[in-house]
Amino acid sequence: MANIEMDGKALSVPDGSTVIDAADAAGIYIPRFCYHKKLSVAANCRMCLVEVEKAPKLLPACATPVMEGMKVQTRSPKALAAQKAVMEFMLINHPLDCPICDQGGECQLQDLAVGYGKGGSRYQEEKRVVLNKNIGPLISTDMTRCIHCTRCVRFGQEIGGIMEMGQIGRGEHSEITPFLGHAVSSELSGNMIDLCPVGALTSKPFRYKARSWELKHTASVAPHDSLGSNIEIHSKNGTVLRVVPRENEEINQCWLSDRDRFAYEGLAAKDRLRRPMIKQNDVWRECDWQYALDFAVHALQALKEKHGAQQVGALATPQATVEELFLLQKVMRGMGSDNVDFRLRQSDFSADAGLQGAPWLGMAVAEVSKLDSVLLVGTNLRADHPLLALRLRQAAKHGARVSLLNPLDDDLFMPLAAKAIVSPAAMAETLDQVRRVLAGETVSGDAQKIAANLQQGESKAVLLGNLAQHHPQFSELHSLAQQIAAACGAKLGFLGESANSVGGYLAGALPAAGGLNAGAMLNNAPKATILLGVEPEGDTYNPAQAMAALRSADLVVALSAYKSPTLLKSADVLLPIAPFSETSGTFVSTEGRVQSFAAAVKPLGEARPAWKVLRVLGNLLALDGFDYDSSEQVRDVALTGAVSVKLNNTLKTLKPLSKVTHGALQRVGDVSAYHADAIVRRATSLQTSHAAANNARMNGALLSSLGLCEGVLIKVSQGEGSAELKAARDDKLPDACVRVAAGSAATATLGGLFDEIKVERA
Amino acid sequence: MANEVIFHSIHLPESWKLENYLKTGGYDALKKVIAEKIPAEEIIAQVKTSALRGRGGAGFPTGLKWSFMPRQFPGDKYVVCNTDEGEPGTFKDKDIVRFNPHQLIEGMIIAGYTLGATAGYNYIHGEIFECYERFEAALDEARAANLLGKNILGSGWDFDIHAHHGYGAYVCGEETALLESIEGKKGQPRFKPPFPASFGLYGKPTTINNTETLASIPYIVKHGGQKFLELGKPNNGGTKIFSVSGHVNKPGNYEIGMGTPFKDLLEMAGGVRDGHKLKAVIPGGSSVPVVPAEIMMDLTMDYDSIAKAGSMLGAGSVIVMDETVCMVKALERLSYFYFEESCGQCTPCREGTGWLYRVVQRIEHGEGRQEDLDLLDSVAGNIMGRTICALGDAAAMPVQGMLKHYRDEFEYHSKHKKCMVSGV
Ligand SMILES: Cc1cc2nc3c(=O)[nH]c(=O)nc-3n(C[C@H](O)[C@H](O)[C@H](O)COP(=O)(O)O)c2cc1C
Ligand code: SF4
Ligand code: FES
Repeated sequence: MANIEMDGKALSVPDGSTVIDAADAAGIYIPRFCYHKKLSVAANCRMCLVEVEKAPKLLPACATPVMEGMKVQTRSPKALAAQKAVMEFMLINHPLDCPICDQGGECQLQDLAVGYGKGGSRYQEEKRVVLNKNIGPLISTDMTRCIHCTRCVRFGQEIGGIMEMGQIGRGEHSEITPFLGHAVSSELSGNMIDLCPVGALTSKPFRYKARSWELKHTASVAPHDSLGSNIEIHSKNGTVLRVVPRENEEINQCWLSDRDRFAYEGLAAKDRLRRPMIKQNDVWRECDWQYALDFAVHALQALKEKHGAQQVGALATPQATVEELFLLQKVMRGMGSDNVDFRLRQSDFSADAGLQGAPWLGMAVAEVSKLDSVLLVGTNLRADHPLLALRLRQAAKHGARVSLLNPLDDDLFMPLAAKAIVSPAAMAETLDQVRRVLAGETVSGDAQKIAANLQQGESKAVLLGNLAQHHPQFSELHSLAQQIAAACGAKLGFLGESANSVGGYLAGALPAAGGLNAGAMLNNAPKATILLGVEPEGDTYNPAQAMAALRSADLVVALSAYKSPTLLKSADVLLPIAPFSETSGTFVSTEGRVQSFAAAVKPLGEARPAWKVLRVLGNLLALDGFDYDSSEQVRDVALTGAVSVKLNNTLKTLKPLSKVTHGALQRVGDVSAYHADAIVRRATSLQTSHAAANNARMNGALLSSLGLCEGVLIKVSQGEGSAELKAARDDKLPDACVRVAAGSAATATLGGLFDEIKVERA
Repeated sequence: MANEVIFHSIHLPESWKLENYLKTGGYDALKKVIAEKIPAEEIIAQVKTSALRGRGGAGFPTGLKWSFMPRQFPGDKYVVCNTDEGEPGTFKDKDIVRFNPHQLIEGMIIAGYTLGATAGYNYIHGEIFECYERFEAALDEARAANLLGKNILGSGWDFDIHAHHGYGAYVCGEETALLESIEGKKGQPRFKPPFPASFGLYGKPTTINNTETLASIPYIVKHGGQKFLELGKPNNGGTKIFSVSGHVNKPGNYEIGMGTPFKDLLEMAGGVRDGHKLKAVIPGGSSVPVVPAEIMMDLTMDYDSIAKAGSMLGAGSVIVMDETVCMVKALERLSYFYFEESCGQCTPCREGTGWLYRVVQRIEHGEGRQEDLDLLDSVAGNIMGRTICALGDAAAMPVQGMLKHYRDEFEYHSKHKKCMVSGV
């Protein structure tokens, strides 16, 4: 600790901190622009100049380390004069167009100009104008407003892992710009909006929608991945207008992924379901709640009478709240059925019997930044878990060894210590090689390197991503990862796929007594099936099969926020429910953190929170125990006892490695980031930002052996289903693999994510 | 006496060739260092005795700078020579490289030896490409003669020098911008601390000196610090090359002892051009305050004397102006330079240099207002001392100097919308 004096106050501050850190800790505000606690120090704005005793010049507080006995004056006449002078320089070329600037009301420049600026300007010359840049559909630019703080530039270099903005030109002619003619495409790009202290970078979807002070702020939790990122929903007149991060150092820090930030546009999609609907004689018509519920209840009861309770089942999206998942399983169990599941994209359930708790991250999110060595198995990390990728990048920066065993090799923007890029069919075999090395056998190649990296360091983890969890040999991958983790003293963890991938387990929304799991129900649907927030074409392992299964059911009651075309084809009753922004509820994140949130706005039209719909359904079905007054009551029943004891990644019984047979070509079916769930699939700006994703990728060898070239239209087919896509070349893909991302309408007709696939010229 | 240290062999034809440099005792100093295994501490002590001060402009004592280098630090360390010479009025370093590159190379090798460096770099201004080529040729000669490279003169010590040419940005002469530029990045000054001695080129301990500074080293090693000191005056050791330009009959580089009266230097340069009289002198390059003739004629050419007169010796670039010069026009040109050369990184310099230039330009073009003079002074003052590097100061000082001594001309311009000197 160093003892210093600031503005006459005696302070004791940690060694190595800067004057600005010390001031912040002591509640003394030093004006600043370029400084940001998560970025490197640039000291270029000069706003934070302070007077330090014995220093010949004023010093920038952000870049000046404290020293024992230092005496700092942050508001002495000299310091104030300098701060005011810098403010004047900031403003001379600034357009001062606050009345038409979206940043107005939440602009650091505006705020500080009130304190340090003058009423009029001494600058009477022509002002600089900077040609504007188009950097894509997410970020709106007004580069004349830029104050050259380089926060956006440093963000790319230091946090995003890819430098997408830079400064060109010199002096007054210098400009912040993306690579000439390029848009920014990082999955974290929206953070530059928050970082930009002025209105140079603002949200494009939010542009001119509202003034910041008109917005109602509601604390909430992001539903698009399992991290539980804390967000604030900003709404006006009952409409969600934007989402911004809510700082939580243990989870998302001050960051947010673009998916969590911009997916809200999907909440106002044109095909939102506003009224209940029923299908009679193949014709859909709107009706009131009473009618729809009566219809559904009667049909459910009749089918149960006729075929027995085992022909009743329910499927839910893992994005549903704990309350909804709990009540759904309660309805099922009340009806005498154990057929309930939320693991829609899982294909191998054979480990279920060995599970001893809910699979989870195996550690706190914050620990990820501190890992020394980690093996990632089967993950499209940046797309599926953007902020965990950011944490791992931080770890890698501090020397962590990151290894990857994957069927795809997208750049993670961090150095990899070792990697094995193999076909899905070879993943378990390769992982077994790693296990064998750790058991003392000699194996050459990538597995050897991965094992060697896992043997180093203190804090280690083996993490299974979405691709591993969807994999047809998931239980084998799980078993092998468990043995590897045990052998090298690593933690075993799962990168949960969705907001309630852990919560679903805790709510009991999966079979417990021999009932049908999601795989079984989506293969052969119960005669009466309830869907909660499920879009079979985008949310399941095998969309073609799922749609066929649902179409063959006698009754499908779909609780949905959207009037999805596939639901219109397969369902019989559509009940409009509220998405997360319109209901209270709870998510349990991948680290086991229980986070409840309130509704930000009222449900649209006649939509109702699903927990209320399920409560009524339970009552109408004359089931016991559906008299909840609030979602909090439901939660308290659903999550009794400590969560931590219910989390467990260890299988009681290990699954031995099997011999796999597979067709000539295997699909690598990752789920594209912006098609992961029903809301984000409808987020128009995100969709345009990554419009090109719909293609079939394969390596050059495969392309030429098939007589294809890049860009041609090809027909890919799986079983009955086929799709026409553009062929694209990606030499990083393993042999005999065709990467076709799932989730979008273009690939909704296809089959299993990792099943055989055929390719021919269209 | 002239040309005693740097240009001692300039009278020889092809003085830049190794054989000619060797004929005048070239590389004797290096050979002595190697043969006698002179300890680094002793060389630094000699440099301190010599009162050699940095010839790049700031006049920082070289011996002291060398003593900051953590020579025991394991791993790579560098010596970097600054031949970026981009300030208006300076043109000495290019002549050193052109006429006596080996003395610079010898100085750099001795510096490398003294500072425990593993390699040296010479950053050469982009607009003097022929100097870059000549320096490369000299490096080849030195390598072929085993004066440079592996196992220098059989000593078992390896040291090589790399030439690097810039693209002509003035700011790349600032030592940390220069390092960034060598690293392949945009030439923008770094915030200091950390100083190059602890975090320099590629993050390694680095010592940066001006061309003339390093080219003075062989003399000091060969003849001792005391002898060098005596060529000049106390605290201002050695000879200095003065680049005299402007309204003189014989503009050019003059290497003379520090402390020589300005009068004598002016005479060497052939005096003010015929039929005219001296109005003012910018004694140290475009960044330093102007000094009126009557003050200048009483000064000696050394750091301390010029500083006492409120200006700076800088890089010894003497810009002579006769009575035909309009100071408003002169300042317009100077301010334009700094406006164009600001790197744009920090606010006061990026915004302030443009402001200064535009106001001066307005005054020059008959659109001045009375309040402009105070405004200029205040804007310059607001830049001073508040920027990341000294380019901001370099832009502000000429403005303040001009207003201090020639305010009447600016007032006349503003009031009468015409020039006091030319009348139009
Ligand atoms: C804007 C700017 C330009 C500079 N240009 C040069 C230059 O061209 N040559 C030079 O030797 N020093 C230049 N300097 C000074 C260097 O930063 C540094 O002080 C010098 O190279 C150190 O060498 P010395 O101690 O031998 O003088 C410049 C400084 C500034 C702020
Ligand atoms: S665009 Fe914004 S964040 Fe980027 S340098 Fe300019 S002011 Fe800073
Ligand atoms: S905040 Fe310190 S210089 Fe910008």
